[in-house]
Amino acid sequence: VNDSLLRELVPAVIGVLVRRGADFAAAEDAVQEALIRALGTWPDDPPRDPKAWLITVAWRKFLDAARAEASRRGRDHAIQREPPADPTLDADDTLWLYFLCAHPSLPQASAVALTLRAVGGLTTRQVAAAYLLPEATMAQRISRAKRRISGLPLDQPGDLGTVLRVLYLVFNEGYSGDVELAAEAIRLTRQLIALSGEPEIAGLLALMLLHHARRASRTGPAGRLVPLGEQNRSLWDTSMIAEGVTILQAALARDRLGEYQAQAAIAALHADAQRFSETDWGQIVEWYDELLLFTDSPIVWLNRAVAIGEADGARAGLAALAELNPELPRYAAVSAYLHEQAGDLEHAAELYAEASRAATSVPERDHLTREAARVRQLLRP
Amino acid sequence: MAKYLLLKHYRGAPASVNNVPMDQWTPEEFDAHVQYMRDFAARLQETGEFVDTLALVPDGAWVRYDGEGRPPVTDGPFAETKDLIAGWMIIDVESWDRAVQLAGELSAAPGAGGKTIHEWLEVRPLLTEPATILE
Repeated sequence: VNDSLLRELVPAVIGVLVRRGADFAAAEDAVQEALIRALGTWPDDPPRDPKAWLITVAWRKFLDAARAEASRRGRDHAIQREPPADPTLDADDTLWLYFLCAHPSLPQASAVALTLRAVGGLTTRQVAAAYLLPEATMAQRISRAKRRISGLPLDQPGDLGTVLRVLYLVFNEGYSGDVELAAEAIRLTRQLIALSGEPEIAGLLALMLLHHARRASRTGPAGRLVPLGEQNRSLWDTSMIAEGVTILQAALARDRLGEYQAQAAIAALHADAQRFSETDWGQIVEWYDELLLFTDSPIVWLNRAVAIGEADGARAGLAALAELNPELPRYAAVSAYLHEQAGDLEHAAELYAEASRAATSVPERDHLTREAARVRQLLRP
Repeated sequence: MAKYLLLKHYRGAPASVNNVPMDQWTPEEFDAHVQYMRDFAARLQETGEFVDTLALVPDGAWVRYDGEGRPPVTDGPFAETKDLIAGWMIIDVESWDRAVQLAGELSAAPGAGGKTIHEWLEVRPLLTEPATILE
């Protein structure tokens, strides 16, 4: 089974069922069941027309469920046996699905799960594995999310901001089970671009591509985290970088800047440097200033301090850092790096050790502990 | 099969033989340690004895109920709490002896100077579901 081809069909099939009169929650359940059956039967018995197969099976599943529901309620509703002819499907159906699954009334984790299932066509088991959760927990999260959005008026324009946020989270968080979430986020963002011309969608896609292009260099032996300055740049995917840059330039030319375009511009400047020492830190600082017009994220402020440290010297970086709240997550890690650059190794080693105690992931914790060990070794006579 | 928790402490366990804090090892010694832990978990996955492993952030807080309509009371973190759990591995093995054997291997991870840490790990049996036939 071509898994990604199969999954590309999912939003359209949900759209067909909804147009035939199923409510979203029931349509989505029915398509999910059809999908699981497809994964089981297609390897031995591939259908001639995969989409028609999915629609037929999903529609039958929907009818079965609706009949069971009707008889449970003791009512004798006549349920339409023959489906009406399908109205022409247009891109708006899929776009509507994106907006619905990332509806602002949903908690972010639920929006992510629902988007991966209904738009991405992943099974609940796959979504659960990606977030290291029991399948029953993920199933419950998805069904609660569907209950929450059922009954929402569907004629209102959706919120593109929450859709992009959800896709960003899919790219940025989660683990690798049998589905690579980063690649899935790229696929879903590409699909979204085909539906809407907003430059921020292109900005987000460029951002994803520019980071994804560096993935091979980001981890070393035993899963070790390799910081940007030490990455083997020959491992970077240059064609993916070129694609990201082209998409970004076209978006920027439309002169409607947003936070994803600004972040992508920073990523593009990193990708553009053959060596770490050739990085154009001056421009990167300028882009951080642009980015701060759209977000007040502490991570952006901290990264800006690092960039200033590279552009104007570690002392300038430390001065920028001194204006921030020391309680910020990763403050100690940034401070450690800048102190090391400034030649204050004693203090840097202590700060790296402090930062490792506050780290929020095992690779990050190990990296910071190792940095503390590295700097302490430099201090030994 | 029975499940056991192998508990690793930041503080509260008897001192290890090779008791040098991690940030005073060399980076290579640190890498060797991480590799040993990964290899250990991978080996247990192969033998079908691995269940789960998690690590904890040192800081947290004590929380308790403070009565109807009142927010919970929080207290801490207490830097001087005498026992502090760092993380755990859960294994599903044939016997207590096998659990002890594996804990011994985990405790043999290399540390400063490339020498075994001889870290004390706590091994605790997990309560199980009752069997169907009890009499």
